[in-house]
This record gives sequence, C-alpha cells and structure tokens, in this order.
Amino acid sequence: MTTTPIARASQARSLGRMLVVRVLGTIGILLVLSIIVFSMLHLAPGDIVKNLLGNRASSPEAIAAIRAQYNLDQPLYMQYLIWLGNTLTGDFGQSIRLQDSVSNVIGSRLGITAALSGLAFLLAVIVAVPLGVQSAVRSGSWIDRFATGFGIVGLSAPTFAVGLLLLYTFAFYLPIFPVYGSGDGGLDTLWHLILPAITLALGLGAIILKLTRTAMLRELESDYVTFGRARGLPDRQVHLIALRNAAIPIVTGASLVLTFLVGGTVLAETTFALPGLGTLLQGSVLFKDIAVVQALTLLVAVTIAIIALLADLAYIFLDPRIRAKESAQ
Amino acid sequence: MSSTEAIVLAKLPRSRRRHPVAVWLSLALLGVVAFLVLFGNLIAPDATAQSILDSLLPPGSPGHLLGTDELGRDVLALTIAGAASALVGPVCVALGSMLLGILLGTVAGYLRGPIDFIIGRWTDLLFSLPLLLAAIVVAGVFGAGYWMTVLLLILLFSPSDIRIVRAGVMEQAARPFVEAAQMLSLSKTRIMFTQVLPNVWSLIITNSMLNVAFALVAFSSLSFLGVGVAPGTADWGRQLTDGRAIMIDNPAAVLVPALLIIGVASAANLVGDWLGQNLTRTGRS
Repeated sequence: MTTTPIARASQARSLGRMLVVRVLGTIGILLVLSIIVFSMLHLAPGDIVKNLLGNRASSPEAIAAIRAQYNLDQPLYMQYLIWLGNTLTGDFGQSIRLQDSVSNVIGSRLGITAALSGLAFLLAVIVAVPLGVQSAVRSGSWIDRFATGFGIVGLSAPTFAVGLLLLYTFAFYLPIFPVYGSGDGGLDTLWHLILPAITLALGLGAIILKLTRTAMLRELESDYVTFGRARGLPDRQVHLIALRNAAIPIVTGASLVLTFLVGGTVLAETTFALPGLGTLLQGSVLFKDIAVVQALTLLVAVTIAIIALLADLAYIFLDPRIRAKESAQ
Repeated sequence: MSSTEAIVLAKLPRSRRRHPVAVWLSLALLGVVAFLVLFGNLIAPDATAQSILDSLLPPGSPGHLLGTDELGRDVLALTIAGAASALVGPVCVALGSMLLGILLGTVAGYLRGPIDFIIGRWTDLLFSLPLLLAAIVVAGVFGAGYWMTVLLLILLFSPSDIRIVRAGVMEQAARPFVEAAQMLSLSKTRIMFTQVLPNVWSLIITNSMLNVAFALVAFSSLSFLGVGVAPGTADWGRQLTDGRAIMIDNPAAVLVPALLIIGVASAANLVGDWLGQNLTRTGRS
C-alpha cells in the first residue's frame, strides 16, 4: 500500500486526536473517582469528627482543631477542591491509626510490596510464557492438558487459600521456609518473600499462560508460519518469530495482570503477615483510617489508569494494522 | 471490552474437546456442595456451638473426625454449615449481575444512542478500579453486612455481563429477523426481550457460571480479610482466618476449607468453560 504525504498527514492528525480523546477520557474517569473517594469521608457511618479523631479524646479544642484541619466549616465543594489540591501536591493528610503522615506511612511500606510483586511477576513470566508457547505448539498433548488444568486452578483458586496450603506444606510440614513476617532486610527478607511470591505468581502465571497460549495459537495458524515451515525453517525459529508477533497481545495484557496483582498482594501479604501496602490497606479499612484508604485507592486507580493507557498506546504503536484501522474510523 | 479481555474470554476453536471426566467430577463436586448448602443445617445443626473443654483436638479425635478449633467448635460440622454462607452469596451475585446485565445490556445494545453512551461510561467507571479493591474499601469502610456485600458485588460484577449482553444483542440486531419484526411493527420492548434476547442466552449462561466461580473467590477473600461476614459465623473464608493461628495443632481446620474453596471455584470455572464451548457451538446464536 502506498501512502501519499497528504494521506499520511491526515493519518497522523487523526492519531493525535485519538490520543487526546483517550487521555481526556482517562482524566475524566479519575476525576469522577476522586469525587467518590473524597465523599467516602462524609458517607462513612458515624460522626465525621469522631471518625477523624480516632482514639484521641474528644475535647472541644480537639474537635475545633479537627474542624479547622479538614475545613469542615467550608462548603462541600470547597472542601473537595482543597482536598484535591493537597492530594495532587502529595499531601494525603494524617493517618489516625499510625499517628504519622499518610505519605510517610505509604513510603515506608512501598518497598516490601514492590519487591513482592516484582518477584512474583518475574517468576510468573519465566514459567508461564514458555509453558504457554509449548502448550500452543503441542496443542492437545499432555503438556497442553497440564497447562490448561494449571490455568483453570490458577485462575480460580483464591490467593489466600493457595497461600495457606503452601504455608502449611513448606513452612510447617516441611520446615523449609519461614512462617510469618518480612525478616531483617536484605537476603533474609528475600528468603521471607519467596513463599508469598510463589503464591502470587500462581494466579499471575495463570493469566499470562492463558494470554500467551491464545495469542500463540492464533499466530501459529497464520500464513507466514506455514510458509516458514514450508521453506524448511527449524521449528524453534518459527516459534520465535510467532512469539514475537504474539508478544503484542501479551504485553497489552498488562492492565489485566495489574488488576489481579492489586487484590492478590492484599491477600498474600495478609496471609503471610508482611508489612506492605496490602496489609496497610486491610488494617486501615478495618480501623476506618479513611485518609490512608483514600490515598491507597487513588494511588491504585492512577497507576492502573496510566498502565492501561500505556498498554493501549503500545498496542497502537506496535501494530501497524491496528493503527491503520483506528485512524480509518 | 478491551482487546486483552477479549483474548482472555475468547472461545478458541479447539481441535480437542475437554476431557469429559473432569467436567463430570466438577459437576459431582458442585452437586455435593449444593446438597450441603440445602441441608447443611439439618446435618450439622449446632455447628457454631463452642465447648472450651474440647478445644484444639487434632483430626481423628473420637467424635470429631476433623478435630476442633480453638473455641472447641467441630471443624467438620463448621465446614458443612459453612457451605451455605460461602455459596449462597456468590450464586446471588451471579444471578443479580445477570439480571442487571440482561436489562442494561439489551437496552444499550438495541437502542444505542445516548442511553448506550451513559451505560458505557458507567461500565468504564466500574472497570477502572480492581473489583476486589473496590469491594474491600467500600464494604470495609461502611461495615457492610452479608447482604449489603452481595448487593455491592452485584454492582461490581455487572459491567462484564452488561458488555457481553450488549455485544451479543448488537450482533443479533443487524440480522434479517429483527428487521422482519420491525416490519410487523412489534414494540421495541417486545423485539428486545422476546426476539433478540433468546439468541443471546448461551452467552449469558456461560458468563454467569464463570461469575459464580469469581464471586466465590471474591466473597471468600472478603471474609478472609474480615469484611462482609460477621465473626463467629460458619463460613469457609472465616475458617481460614481463624484457623491460621492453630495450623500446628489442627491443620485440618485450614486445609479442608482451603481445598474446598479451590475445588469448588475450579469446578465452577471448568463447567463454565465447558458450557461456553458447547452452548455456543450448538446454540442458536
């Protein structure tokens, strides 16, 4: 297909417009979410001042201080705007449970969660991508059956149930791994993170396995694979070429993986009593430490929105066919 | 639906049918658990009765096949009675979400226009947060009870049903029989719900079966975290929270409910997949 400069320019223009629409849509959704998250403070059951005081004594001075600190005497939309402004500048308020600023609390626990999710993601990719490729290549074989079974159990088994089974088997019955906690930093922490990471990786791996298998099956049916084989290319090389094309849908599955990861870390950290963001969320929700819950919810929403946007863009920029179709619309 | 979800949910042209043995085993397990849900209260009438004298008996103790927990509750009785709490909620979630999906999805897919746009943005918004996180935060902060949690999960599960029904209806709406019905000047409501909808049933049933599996996971996750199910209730997720501390004394208190949750969720998932492959192949759509 030959494209004239004019055609190319109009293609670029509609691509740019599409980009703007996507970004604006994402910002719109985040703004609506921020209103919902803000209103949580006012909708939570009980008296708002008592909720904000937590365990502190409710003297008239303390009440006045809280009313001033949270601008409770201002109209609601002003409260929202002030809150949004503070949030955007990184000031999430105070945690009433931990008596510290929310950003400090989150900062001190981010490391464990990042290490846990990173380790789990690495494990999942190392195992699931080759397994997915093999199960697509040898569709119907025992390896495919095993992979499909693993996929179904991995997708349906709740993280905490798997975690507790592993905990019993490899920490109590066969005392190989430590039971609870995050260790004393460095290698010890890594050692403490292995069992939780395997737990998380099981669910993650199942998703990645399914994405890989589906994408590979689709690629293996295409003409270029048939022709590659007909020209006598070794199987290995054909599979690598197919995997490269299958990589696009796998990579853009990132938002799906992330969605699972968010719920999964909460459960895995709770199961293994790791002091990360997941246990922070659980504890704050049960204590009704609303500032922390608000900050974590927004953090997750923003992260997911950005990753989803990047994944969509990657999809458009990686695959010229999609680009052509999108800008034709 | 984004492209990746489409891939995950896509039905593949399979050269091989899934081994029916696994499907039969799954149906058998679901049958047994359904029996426990219906008659669990008769088999284990006082499952939550505590008796401190009998606390922490190991599995195989006389009178307590699976031992007891730290409050002296019989683990077997607790597990039998817990089936109801673990499954009634998820089934209600799947049914409620199906109903919402059918109503909103059909209307959006057939009428299109501004209604479709509003419903579309609504599903976008619900999809923008991970389901489990939204459920933990809302149910936790508002201290939701069991049935409030069911309603919340119906709301959070409905976008997938809405989108699937909408896509199915849109595909059907372009067919000649719909045009014929319009020529006969049938009312829009009648065309939507008596002409178009029957052709989308296979999709709806398949997705609802999968929803049972995922709702079971979501529900038990919430009760494991201490949200949605009151302490002291017989419930599989709750049993895991309580049993974590007594794993050394009585492993059965954790292992049995954990394996049951994994087994039932996998079985529902497998049956859903199987329905998807068979209904959509031989179904009318």
